[in-house]
Amino acid sequence: MPFRLEVVTAERSVFSEDVDLVTVPGIDGELGILPHHAPLLTALTYGEMVIRRGHEETSIAIGGGFLEVRPDKVVVLADMAERAEEIDVSRAEAARKRAEEQLTLGPALVDTLRAEAALRRAEARLRVARHRRGTGAPSTEAGMQARAGD
Amino acid sequence: MPNIRQIRRRIRSVQSTAKITNAMSMVAASRMRRAQQRGLQGRPYAQQIRGVMSHLTALPQTGEAPHPLLQQRPVQRIAYIHITADRGLCGALNSNMNRAAHQFIAEQSAPVEVVAVGRRGRDFMARTRRELRAVFMDLGYLPSLLDTLAISRVVMEDYENGRVDQVYLGYSDFINTVLQRPVIQRLIPVEPAPLEPLYNVEYIYEPSPETVLGALLPRYVEMLVYHAVLEHIASEQSARMVSMRNATENAKSMIEDLTLTYNKARQEMITKELLDIVGGVAALEG
Repeated sequence: MPFRLEVVTAERSVFSEDVDLVTVPGIDGELGILPHHAPLLTALTYGEMVIRRGHEETSIAIGGGFLEVRPDKVVVLADMAERAEEIDVSRAEAARKRAEEQLTLGPALVDTLRAEAALRRAEARLRVARHRRGTGAPSTEAGMQARAGD
Repeated sequence: MPNIRQIRRRIRSVQSTAKITNAMSMVAASRMRRAQQRGLQGRPYAQQIRGVMSHLTALPQTGEAPHPLLQQRPVQRIAYIHITADRGLCGALNSNMNRAAHQFIAEQSAPVEVVAVGRRGRDFMARTRRELRAVFMDLGYLPSLLDTLAISRVVMEDYENGRVDQVYLGYSDFINTVLQRPVIQRLIPVEPAPLEPLYNVEYIYEPSPETVLGALLPRYVEMLVYHAVLEHIASEQSARMVSMRNATENAKSMIEDLTLTYNKARQEMITKELLDIVGGVAALEG
């Protein structure tokens, strides 16, 4: 019994298809959504969103936002969202390096919050990109944390 | 009757102007379409966030004070975001916006400080000696959300620090390609949309409704500013497209008139020369 998943950002709609399972990085930890989940509204953090359709898995890097489970569909309002195939690995790698360098300079010289955010964004992108290539993919543990709905 | 060479030069100059205005109108047309497209692509997000917002604000109050961005305060100072174009050649768009803003500021009982987006509006506000809080220019013809974040951050910070008690947003509303209307609306305190009865279900909020709302409100404001900028750009480009098309047409009719005058002048000259020759021959024979 698949359900409709929509991932939208302020600039575009990134994903809109019927899926069987989705796991998202909630601010209090990974969160799995199965069909018939109870209505839920929660904040998300930087990370990887894994979508399963049958035996097929895709992932999307997201940079914070919200998840809304409605009776008719599941909506992710993301601050940033990129599908695995859209991610430019070398750019994300460069962004991570830059952020790490900035963080070593200490709070007096850089905007630490911004650098940390950039770092986590870059890491989320890299994780998704790696996952897609099937090397060193982190396990999603989706089933364990999935919360069954009503 | 002006000199033939002058007319010819004039025709050539009008022709090259027409070429430029024609190109400008075509460029504006394609930019307008792209801005409209951007706006449309952002619509699902806008609708969703608006829906969630109305949900959250419709929840029974928990006794705690509402989120700062929802709080109504006595108004001692107002911030106004004035969105105009960086350039002219777009008909009355900028002056209409400036006039609307001028009137709006005059109507307020509290002092107004201006956050100017776009060179034309900045110049106008500087000329009329308004207090400029911040200036944003060169956003380009297709800004991303990131490009507009600084604008919303400035006003949200000012609001949260208590520097201002209300924030208004003024931009040119795109009605259709020939009609754009200046609109000024309140941005903060946020006015939640009425609840759609369709989704009146009980939600689980994690970690709590207040935290979700607290994270959602700034994004809502950012989204509104972003959309206002896109709306303005669609208006600007369509106004430019129309006014440049008119300019091209005017140039064409001017070329027609000039060509007529040119031909008349040329004919007259030939006639005069002929008369001279005939006169000369007559004098010789006489």
